[in-house]
Amino acid sequence: MAKISRKHRSTGRRSPLATVALLAIGLLTTGGAYALATTTATAESQAAAANEQLIEEGKKLFAANCASCHGLNLEGSKEGPALVGVGALAVDFQVGTGRMPMAFQGPQAARKAPQFTQDQIDAMAAYVASSGPGPALPDERFLEATGDAAKGAELFRINCAMCHNVAGAGGALTEGKWAPQLKGLDARYIYGAMVTGPQAMPVFNDLNISPEEKRDIITYLDYVSENPSVGGFDLGSLGPVSEGLFIWIFGLGGLVAITVWLTARSN
Amino acid sequence: MSTATTDTVTKPGPGMRFTSAAANYIDERTSASGFVRELGRKIFPDHWSFMLGEVALYSFVAILLSGTFLTFFFDPSMTATHYQGSYVPLKGVEMSVAYASTLDISFDIRGGLLMRQVHHWAALLFVASIGLHMLRVFFTGAFRKPREINWVIGFVLFILAMAEGFTGYSLPDDLLSGNGLRIIDGMVKGMPVIGVWISYLLFGGEFPGHDIVPRLYVLHIMLLPAILIALIGVHMLLLIVNKHTQFAAPGRTNQNVVGSPILPVFAAKAGGFFFIVFGAIVLIASVFTINPIWNYGPYDPSPVSAGTQPDWYIGFADGALRLVPPHWEFVFLGYTWSMNILIPILVIMVFLVLVTFYPFIEAWITGDKREHHMAERPRNAPTRTAIGAAGVTFYGVMWAGASSDLMATHFMLTIEGVIVALQISLILGPIAAYIITKRVCLALQKKDREIALHGFETGRIVRLPGGEYIEVHEPLNEYDRWRLVAHETYRPLMIRPNERGRITVGQRVRAGLSRWFFEDRIEPVTRSELERAHHHE
Ligand code: HEC
Ligand code: HEC
Ligand code: HEM
Repeated sequence: MAKISRKHRSTGRRSPLATVALLAIGLLTTGGAYALATTTATAESQAAAANEQLIEEGKKLFAANCASCHGLNLEGSKEGPALVGVGALAVDFQVGTGRMPMAFQGPQAARKAPQFTQDQIDAMAAYVASSGPGPALPDERFLEATGDAAKGAELFRINCAMCHNVAGAGGALTEGKWAPQLKGLDARYIYGAMVTGPQAMPVFNDLNISPEEKRDIITYLDYVSENPSVGGFDLGSLGPVSEGLFIWIFGLGGLVAITVWLTARSN
Repeated sequence: MSTATTDTVTKPGPGMRFTSAAANYIDERTSASGFVRELGRKIFPDHWSFMLGEVALYSFVAILLSGTFLTFFFDPSMTATHYQGSYVPLKGVEMSVAYASTLDISFDIRGGLLMRQVHHWAALLFVASIGLHMLRVFFTGAFRKPREINWVIGFVLFILAMAEGFTGYSLPDDLLSGNGLRIIDGMVKGMPVIGVWISYLLFGGEFPGHDIVPRLYVLHIMLLPAILIALIGVHMLLLIVNKHTQFAAPGRTNQNVVGSPILPVFAAKAGGFFFIVFGAIVLIASVFTINPIWNYGPYDPSPVSAGTQPDWYIGFADGALRLVPPHWEFVFLGYTWSMNILIPILVIMVFLVLVTFYPFIEAWITGDKREHHMAERPRNAPTRTAIGAAGVTFYGVMWAGASSDLMATHFMLTIEGVIVALQISLILGPIAAYIITKRVCLALQKKDREIALHGFETGRIVRLPGGEYIEVHEPLNEYDRWRLVAHETYRPLMIRPNERGRITVGQRVRAGLSRWFFEDRIEPVTRSELERAHHHE
């Protein structure tokens, strides 16, 4: 009985059909996998090639415009710091706000009209980023002014106002450096400044101020730039100094002119 | 005055009858007509600089009116609350009730923002006009006998106005004003031994505490305004008693005052001028924002904003602190002696005391006990004018110190450079101003003397028959000449032994000061000189 049953089992196992089926499945999976693998590989190599091209272009632009100060291999020189690992965001901020290429050696590289198109900036950013890991451009959603303005205002007062003034009107630092005024800035540069901490500005990394909180600050600064001063002309948001000058020159000055006129007529 | 009108008008209309009846009614019960007649005959000179005090008075009225409006809505409490008003960037933020109610005045109460801005702009104008008014009085010598007391009262008013302003801008409890209070707290604590005690007393505990805003509020809307109003009353009364000074001109003497009587001419003009001042304040307040406290956020001791400055009239004190070189504090007897705070406070105190008592100091030096009712031209008192210029420079440099950071950013300078330049100017500036002003005054006097004696240069060159060329001089008319010759000068006092035949130290000092004052002088033109000059022509 047992023999019969064993034989029966073995015949079922060696069925030629099953072998064919197995073979077919094996072939299909490996072939499919191979095909799949080869297509992704081409896509990857295409992207890599494109990136290579961008980096190459960036490298050229960099060599022509920046290497005199930062060195041909980002190693830095007497004129400028090494840029290895500063990240794409630092380049985007520095070149996008026109600070780089630096025009002249002063206490601080000043903001000016940008000298490059966004594509060229992206190329140089890619080149610098390829030298080592550094902060990259943030996710778009952190750049939208849709956060909590009140929370942003509070964060701004605590972290930024001592240099940039509460109303973002800017202020003086030591040795001729200054914190610029922050009206009407592009959100990406606000984000970039916080993450990369240009020059005398400290770095606010994601542990200090989370990306969501950075968005709140951007929202607040956007509110201040977008909404006109409610009380009338703001005299540059410079506070009591401009108010005092105004009252002396135009307020009292105007009234003195009127008194001179009034008494001159009666004489 | 209405009785006077009924005399001349033959048929008084019903309105006239009513006013005269009402005036009679009041006069019979108060005898006010005597006062009104006195006041109405007070003469007001026609020179623009005499209207600066009026600007101060009218802006004070604007402050009173707008301030009263603000008291209806302002809540001086430091209890914590969460803002629920309409200013988005502060929604839900924790703050004091005082700050929240100021935000409500600004955003949710009709006309509130305008009133806040009227109040604050008028406050700035008030102090500024007092300052300029004071300078006018100083440079024309109008503080001399019998007006010394009124000078002191006026200067006390100036200081009270600064105190009023400081307590006022601390009320909203915003970041900027809190920073200001923090500086005061620091200055108080800088006093050795007693400082901390006083600070705790003032703030009702550790800074900022919960008491300071209500306390400042009582000072701001009750005590200080009451003293101010009382002193303004005395100031006006003394003004009527002493009468105005006037500039020299024909017919104007030390015994009379020439100008328009208060009633009706001056009253009409002054009434009009009141509306001009008020209108100017409201115009400024509706077009330019001031103290936008919503930008500053609620007070919180940790953040400090760049560009934190006080209102302009406190600026000189802030500047004095900023101009102190570093490392002036030391430890002695177990206490920290903050000379960086004590010395500027001392310097400011000495400065204020000198200004307060200047009339007495000058009177002692000149030894002049006569009454003076003529306003002097600044050039005819060169040393006083030079002292004034030095004082203004000293104040001005301290004041500039308060905006050293803005000068650095706006003129692309380093802040250290600005501070050092100001430190040097604080010492050398007044000296230079003194020397230059004195020389300019003497030169102008010389020119006046020349013109009084020989007339104007006409620029017309004439050749005389003998071949000589001369320039024709146009003689002055009597009126213009009077203006140039109607002044006097002092000579340095001689040291004389007293009854006991001794020369005291006080006398020596006095003689020394007198020499300093009057050694360099241009003698005024005398009658005989004038006559001789006339013969010449
Ligand atoms: C005249 C010399 C000069 C030139 C040209 C110049 N730089 Fe710079 N760069 C500097 C100096 C100096 C600094 C450091 C001070 C600062 O941060 O501004 C700097 C800083 C930077 C930084 C910030 C480094 C950091 O640590 O965050 C970046 C990014 C940068 N440069 C990029 C560039 C690029 C890209 C160009 C060419 C388009 C360029 N620079 C051209 C002088 C120069
Ligand atoms: C220690 C002082 C300091 C602090 C604190 C500071 N900054 Fe800055 N910030 C600077 C200086 C200095 C610059 C100018 C750097 C330059 O020109 O390269 C700057 C530049 C910037 C810029 C670029 C402005 C422009 O015109 O392109 C932005 C945006 C900015 N800061 C935002 C912030 C924010 C947001 C914070 C708070 C989270 C902050 N900063 C805190 C000093 C400071
Ligand atoms: C010389 C007199 C005065 C000066 C110089 C002065 C000055 C000031 C200043 C600078 C402020 C801050 C305003 C702001 O920007 O928010 C203030 C606030 C205030 N003042 Fe005065 N003030 C004077 C008299 C008065 C008087 C007489 C009253 C009341 C009758 C008054 C009531 C107030 C109130 C209620 C506030 C707080 C409201 C607010 O801050 O919006 N003030 N004052």
